[in-house]
Amino acid sequence: MSSNVRFVQGNEACVEGALYAGLDFFAGYPITPSTEIAELLAGKLPKRGGKFIQMEDEIASLCAIIAASQAGKKGMTATSGPGFSLMQEALGYAVMAEIPCVITSVMRGGPSTGVPTHVSQSDVNQARWGTHGDHSIICLTASNHQDVFAMTVEAFNMSETYRTPVILLFDEIVGHMREKLRLPEPGEVPLVERLRTSVKEGVNYHPYLPREDGRLPMSDFGGVHRYNVTGLFHDMWGFPTDNPKIVRELTRHLTDKIETNAEAICRYKSFFLEDAKHVFISYGSAARTVRQVVEERRLMGEKYGMLELQTLWPFPYAAVREACAQADSIVVVEMNLGQVVDQVKLAVDNKDRVFLINRFDSVFIKPENIIDLMRLIQGKGV
Amino acid sequence: MAIKDYIRERFLPHIWCPGCGHGIVLNGLLHAVDSLGMKKNDMVMVSGIGCSSRISGYVDFHTLHTLHGRALAFATGIKLCRPELNVIVPMGDGDALAIGGNHFIHAARRNINITALVMNNRIYGMTGGQYSPLTGPGRLATTAPLGTVDQMFDVPALAAAAGATFVARTTTFHVKELAKIIAKAITHKGFSVVEILSQCPTYYGRKNKEGDAVAMMLRYKEATTPVGSKAKQENPQLLERGVFVDRQAPEYCEEYDKTIQRAQARA
Ligand code: SF4
Repeated sequence: MSSNVRFVQGNEACVEGALYAGLDFFAGYPITPSTEIAELLAGKLPKRGGKFIQMEDEIASLCAIIAASQAGKKGMTATSGPGFSLMQEALGYAVMAEIPCVITSVMRGGPSTGVPTHVSQSDVNQARWGTHGDHSIICLTASNHQDVFAMTVEAFNMSETYRTPVILLFDEIVGHMREKLRLPEPGEVPLVERLRTSVKEGVNYHPYLPREDGRLPMSDFGGVHRYNVTGLFHDMWGFPTDNPKIVRELTRHLTDKIETNAEAICRYKSFFLEDAKHVFISYGSAARTVRQVVEERRLMGEKYGMLELQTLWPFPYAAVREACAQADSIVVVEMNLGQVVDQVKLAVDNKDRVFLINRFDSVFIKPENIIDLMRLIQGKGV
Repeated sequence: MAIKDYIRERFLPHIWCPGCGHGIVLNGLLHAVDSLGMKKNDMVMVSGIGCSSRISGYVDFHTLHTLHGRALAFATGIKLCRPELNVIVPMGDGDALAIGGNHFIHAARRNINITALVMNNRIYGMTGGQYSPLTGPGRLATTAPLGTVDQMFDVPALAAAAGATFVARTTTFHVKELAKIIAKAITHKGFSVVEILSQCPTYYGRKNKEGDAVAMMLRYKEATTPVGSKAKQENPQLLERGVFVDRQAPEYCEEYDKTIQRAQARA
């Protein structure tokens, strides 16, 4: 048991999660604060026969892992703000061609090169809206290393289940801070393996013909089925088309396969929500501060509660709405100008009760930042 | 196997304009593959975006039609994961050397066992005739109505300098040579680059008053000469054709496999 406990960085917890999930191939380009993920995998992957490559840039990295996935391997890349921006074109390709892969962005502040080595939660909207066109996306996050591990495994599982790229957003504090991680035993956490076609050689395989349960079975490149994969709108054989009916249906499919499964995809944690009058909504390292405030104030009789988001996209509207239904105030705590708060306002009826407590100066949110503003929100004066 | 067995006949007729050189490149490629007796399941074709990239739709291989300029990055992922597959990457000149220039030089530097075909028609065809990095100074294009001032790359020199271990150039006029050179490039172990002068009568030819497809191909005949020929010494303006570089050097996937062995021996 004790040999399964490590004292690690969040980036290392992500690496362990990826390896646990069966990562075969990593392609990346160094960028702070994600670099440890590449460095660790460069050593660990070859030991288990996997492959690591440092590509010439971020877009090449994502292209390489998409292709690796098409060849039957589980692929991941890791980057940060500006690198994630460079990847958006290839991210759209993976969405359109429905190729599973995992992209980790350890967030830094922006725009542009921004603040490389301090904390921020700036990629929430980029994860959702960075690419052009209509589609949905899955984006997960975590506030502690056990959850980083768990969400990384989930990311691989969800990417295989829904045949879609999945984005992991960690912030710099989570990526670089060290804390305990217990590695689960093999088999302890369920893994979703790729659904491969059962269509035999010589029988027509349609790569984009959904089965009744909605999943699209894949056939690895190099296998017995030869077919086309494209970033253009395509028919069930994977060949380009601009037929309006197909364009409409595929656009719907790319959105619906995620949105209609939002309930299954959304992960969150509740703390003291049963009777909470002041509901905090937070994620990543900011949620750690909020949790401390909530626990302390509970001891003082304040009805504080918290919803910690682990799925950012699809946004857990239903869970947020339910958690906030009885709240006097709904307080979103995040480290940007308010990227999640907009979604919270969409989720709840009592929008005038939604407040934002944030920092966007690359400094970690402290408990006193929250407590001071709560006094104002609660009408207690400063 | 009959040549036509390598084709997805149901996707013909192709979308290329009448007289386009890309069909001849496809023909040469299929003859090369046929002459080597390659199995279709072992072939992966990865293309980018542009007229050239549509070649992947017509071959009955595993085909990945990717993003403008990024084909070699995708191809690298496939090759590294499945080194036993033959990976062929046809690209246009803008695709390979403008937006894809970074990926091109780095694939060459790694010497990864991929066959890159640069289908050089000196123009952006699909978007309607804008100048490419190979258009050449003084030539006309829709984005150079007064003539470009852009200098051009020498593709074989660039590929060789970047580390490609097989480098050749041919044209759509020299159809037999084209098939032979592509066959050599496919069997070569390491990164191989074949530049193929391929006419675009629709845009480059018309804009630059080079006549129809036949006239353009005859120009390839007149303007080129075999590598190291006497004609070149007498007329330095001639463009050399044939194999410029054919050397052995450590191949990326094999080198990485050694890394895996070392890592596992240590573990
Ligand atoms: S535009 Fe030029 S390159 Fe494109 S298909 Fe037509 S002739 Fe060929």
